[in-house]
Amino acid sequence: MNIDRFKPLTVYTIYIVATPEKVWEALTSAEFSRKYFSGFAVEMEPKLGGTFIVRAPDGSEHIIGEVFEYDPPKKLTVTWNVNWPELVERLGTTLVTYEIEPAGEAVRLTMSERHDHPLSDDILSGGRTGWPAILSGLKSLLETGQAPQIKMAPPAQMLAALKAMGIKTP
Amino acid sequence: MSKPQFVYVSYIETTPEKLWEALTSSEFTRQYWFGAEIRSDWKIGSSFALTLDGEITDSGEILEADPPRRLSYSFKHQKYEELRGEPISRVVFTIEPFGSLVRLTVLHDGFVEGGKYLGAVSNGWPAILSGLKSLLERGKVLAIPRAALNKGFDAK
Repeated sequence: MNIDRFKPLTVYTIYIVATPEKVWEALTSAEFSRKYFSGFAVEMEPKLGGTFIVRAPDGSEHIIGEVFEYDPPKKLTVTWNVNWPELVERLGTTLVTYEIEPAGEAVRLTMSERHDHPLSDDILSGGRTGWPAILSGLKSLLETGQAPQIKMAPPAQMLAALKAMGIKTP
Repeated sequence: MSKPQFVYVSYIETTPEKLWEALTSSEFTRQYWFGAEIRSDWKIGSSFALTLDGEITDSGEILEADPPRRLSYSFKHQKYEELRGEPISRVVFTIEPFGSLVRLTVLHDGFVEGGKYLGAVSNGWPAILSGLKSLLERGKVLAIPRAALNKGFDAK
């Protein structure tokens, strides 16, 4: 896979009072992710080429991917393919990169969602709605010890756009 | 190609009233907005200014003020020569209750294609709004040196 073909279509940056190691752990462990990511469990084999799964609260595999760049606690890239019929065939692969850099007493976390296809704003609204909620929750959890419950549902315009492309959504 | 704009959403454990106060009072802004003090009477048509160490860095006019729901002002950078030539932009804050939280959406638009200002703004807002969230949730801001802002993704 040629990573240069992938363009960042959604980017979200957030500063968190924590160590890079702690942010890395929160991004890659089920114990943390369940608290800030609507009960979803991140299950990552911690090595290049390892499997990367995001498991829904009902036990199903919502996202299936693999570890594509692995440089703890600085940079992680995974394939982030939502497990809906025909989705990868129609939209192509999604890459998600987390970059973690020290910034004073905080760290800067930058999430880039990259695609090798041009995608409409309707399709991208899923990530653009989801990432701020997920990463706001992660910041609160690391800074205050408690993650707020942010109930998210896939945006209607994204579901309609996916349906129009022949992708089956739940 | 979508028009050049910057959008940032943050979920904050606070009330709309408290968030409104944090956006409009220099007591608050000086803590999370890199020391800048915001001043206005927040009436539509009134002027507003951000000052840092007594020097005006940005100024504009109140376009909308509907506390504690919506605030917008025109925004013109005054400090750096290379940004001063850019057109007057606009900032819109939308505050919505979201369960026990508040969703804050910041839209900054009115940029020219290929200008430098959008990149600067895209680096600045995440740091300012991360500090705002920390201040409201834990009573303390995070100390981010200004120098840390000079890199990062130039959102085009």
